[in-house]
Amino acid sequence: MPVPGDNANSAPTARLAPAGSRDRMTMAEAIIASHTLDPVIPGAVCQVRVDFAFANDITAPPAIEEFKKMGAARVFDPERCAIIPDHFTPNKDIASAQQAKRAREFARVQGIKYWEVGRVGVEHAFIPETGNALPGEIIIGADSHTCTYGALGALGTGMGQTDLAAIWALGETWLRVPETLRVMLRGTPSRWIGGKDLIIHLIGMIGVEGARYMSLEFHGDAIAFLSQDDRFTMSNMAIEAGAKCGIFVPDDTTISYADARHARDFTPVYPDEGATYARTVEIDVSSVEPTVALPHLPGNSKKARDCASIEIDQVFIGSCTNGRVRDIEIAANMLAGRSVHDRVRLMVIPASYEVYNEALDRGWIRIFTEAGASVCTPSCGPCMGGHLGILAAGERAVSTSNRNFVGRMGHKSSEIILASPAVAAASAILGRVADPREILGDDCPPLEEGVPNE
Amino acid sequence: MSESDKKISGRAWVYGDNVDTDVIIPARYLSTSDPGLLAPHCMEDIDSSFASSAQPGDVMVAGANFGCGSSREHAPISIKASGVSCVVASSFARIFYRNAINIGLPILECADMSSPGAVAAGDVLEVDIAEGVIKNITNGRVFTASPAPEFLRELFDSGGLVPYVRRRLEMAR
Repeated sequence: MPVPGDNANSAPTARLAPAGSRDRMTMAEAIIASHTLDPVIPGAVCQVRVDFAFANDITAPPAIEEFKKMGAARVFDPERCAIIPDHFTPNKDIASAQQAKRAREFARVQGIKYWEVGRVGVEHAFIPETGNALPGEIIIGADSHTCTYGALGALGTGMGQTDLAAIWALGETWLRVPETLRVMLRGTPSRWIGGKDLIIHLIGMIGVEGARYMSLEFHGDAIAFLSQDDRFTMSNMAIEAGAKCGIFVPDDTTISYADARHARDFTPVYPDEGATYARTVEIDVSSVEPTVALPHLPGNSKKARDCASIEIDQVFIGSCTNGRVRDIEIAANMLAGRSVHDRVRLMVIPASYEVYNEALDRGWIRIFTEAGASVCTPSCGPCMGGHLGILAAGERAVSTSNRNFVGRMGHKSSEIILASPAVAAASAILGRVADPREILGDDCPPLEEGVPNE
Repeated sequence: MSESDKKISGRAWVYGDNVDTDVIIPARYLSTSDPGLLAPHCMEDIDSSFASSAQPGDVMVAGANFGCGSSREHAPISIKASGVSCVVASSFARIFYRNAINIGLPILECADMSSPGAVAAGDVLEVDIAEGVIKNITNGRVFTASPAPEFLRELFDSGGLVPYVRRRLEMAR
């Protein structure tokens, strides 16, 4: 199957690019070229127009401070700016309530996009749902997992609150044009393999700084088997390999997702055939097994079945990595008619109300509560040590989130093992790290909406 | 004198590769961005002695991928508020790099500093930010950092991003 980049002799895509730019462009180069007047060459610094810029309840208050220090009166465009209160919400204490209040008041005064608790979701699940991240766009968030939007063929990347404040003021920022690392995903994934297994596998291969300052660009015939939600999971963790962004080339799945939700007009961008990649990594997805990342780095990848002796105290299913419909569905299928292990606490946190309502309608919430799980309102929850499931000294969790750094989810002696929703649910049942095939075999029926590889 | 002309002298705090922002400043303290409230918790999950013992001028030295993880600007803010005058690492994660420049925490990229015997905890270092030269006074060795991109040097020397944006907004009025 021909893939973009395979044929160096064909013509580049017709596009207007600043003089001095590369003729044939990768996704990241092509998206930057459509947003700048500066020559687009890896390593060069370009001043780019930003399509959407947001902060959360932790990063908004200091961004607001910087915005004021800059002497800015109004944001560049209220329709392209947002604050998403998702980290310490519903507010866990007085200090976090004060922060959320400052964010809320700024949003109201500026007229920027803001959704209140009870309507909002975890930012990187919610922003795409509301059509505020679209193919071909540059999206900057004061949150490192803004790279999630690469799943829609956008260049999403995280920055700090001062950079974000500058974008709110000017509508633009500087970007160093990244080199691109091409990831070729070939073959057919087996029944229990999803985006989480593939991205942990990749980070295990290239290391937690294997793509530092680079753009990951996903190609290959295996992508046709990955749902939009699986792609969000993969792009979400590009930062865990040090990458600036992790971008998929738009296909029918991308475009139908964006068409159904877009808050603005959008123009998809595609890479040129013959674009220059700094490096190419190949993964035969048919050989990838359910994979976990052991403490304390996302690159400590191991096959789940080789970790079956590791006992656990808690399981968290949710987050901007794996709190979407597909993830909750997989967990519910695994837990239907089964119970959470006596020794284990299972926290399920759907990442948005769209996900929560789907879980209600499909009977998944009932499956979780009957299995003995705690189900909470959309929030980042325990992922970064906020609330709703903090770990005590010496405790160990399996989590569908994206980071397993020291102390990330609680006490500095606690441990986090990163895994897919299938591995997490199977582990919750068995009270130890488990391969989903220990609960449901390879031959179990596909999920209702169809597993593409069946 | 611009920021990057400063010469710095202090003791070395030495850490390894992949020092992440969760250990630089744990998220449980992010209900504030007040430097004075963040500093006492800087590095506490991997080095409980740092926050109480760091002195003004001290230099943080680390391996590859320093500051990986979250975008929290609280990380460089807490390091700077601890008194650290400069971070020298063999490489930096990109968001931390931007954030450090934006808040005026000098950083130098120097791969040789993480070679065996280059620096030990408590060694006295003298750092010339403008020249990118790091002298280990304790063992006599001298290291040269990779120069920062011109654009970033200018941004840093002009006082950082806040004055830059202020000037742009004033010009537009």
